[in-house]
Amino acid sequence: MEFRIPKDIDLTQQASWCPGCGHGIICHVIAEAAKELGVSDRIVTVDDVACGQFAQYALKYNSIMGAHGRVVVTAAGVKRARPDALVIARPGDGSAYSIGIESTLYCGLRNENILNIVVNNSVFGMTGGQMSPTSLVGMKTATSPKGRDPKKNGTPVDISKLMTGTDMAYLARCAVNSPANIEKTKQCIKKALQKQMNGEGYCLVEILSMCPTNWGLSPEAACDYIKDTQSVAFPLGEFIDREGGIK
Amino acid sequence: MAEVKLDTSRCKGCFLCAKVCPKGVFVPSKELGPKGFGMIEVDKTKQCIGCGSCFKMCPDYCIEIVEE
Repeated sequence: MEFRIPKDIDLTQQASWCPGCGHGIICHVIAEAAKELGVSDRIVTVDDVACGQFAQYALKYNSIMGAHGRVVVTAAGVKRARPDALVIARPGDGSAYSIGIESTLYCGLRNENILNIVVNNSVFGMTGGQMSPTSLVGMKTATSPKGRDPKKNGTPVDISKLMTGTDMAYLARCAVNSPANIEKTKQCIKKALQKQMNGEGYCLVEILSMCPTNWGLSPEAACDYIKDTQSVAFPLGEFIDREGGIK
Repeated sequence: MAEVKLDTSRCKGCFLCAKVCPKGVFVPSKELGPKGFGMIEVDKTKQCIGCGSCFKMCPDYCIEIVEE
């Protein structure tokens, strides 16, 4: 069996992600999912101001750079203006669950027909590894050098618990720390894109991703950290899968 | 049989391909890449089985697997 880089990946330039960053893998998964569904020419991505913005150097899709935290509502606007497009918002956890939590939640309440792919690396990556809403209890970051203390900083955001009261169509959590998990991630993204094509409503796929630089780990150890620690706090799986329809 | 096509000009030396390869096809190169990162190279004594794990895992799109 042959494995070729999808044509939607731009090989003429290179995104400046750190070695071992999961963002590159996630772009690859999106391109593979679009290729298998045959919808490459319909994809529009809305990239966030953060490490995720470098996807513009990796993917050949039409894309918009949204304001930090507002990519989900920007994507909802794109979908309303261009209902034929398959719209993917690509915020990180620092964006989608802190400054953009109202966009993330209310798009679920309105059941906007978009796919929101949240890259969860448990830190604010681009600005230097500060504590984010999903930093784990006890996790050492640039702004929590003694580890996250739930008495001072609260507990991490678990989106699978926050969103269960909405009418959204699909909610899943995946990871990109191993080939098997990458394959499952691709299946989840394909399912979510299919739901968008069916007009079923808001889909959110959270992807646990490595940030070796800000975790202070080697890329290999960062994969093991997801397996042993991050995915224990944030279990993988599908939490909502309903044919919601746009109300 | 399968063969690894490696574009080392894109490699940043994360060695995730070496981590997931079941046959130990990838080894760290002694040379640095054009941007000063470490690089990977293929150990020609090991035979690729074409599972595609490295292809999926590579964040910098350096690896393709072709049929020999």
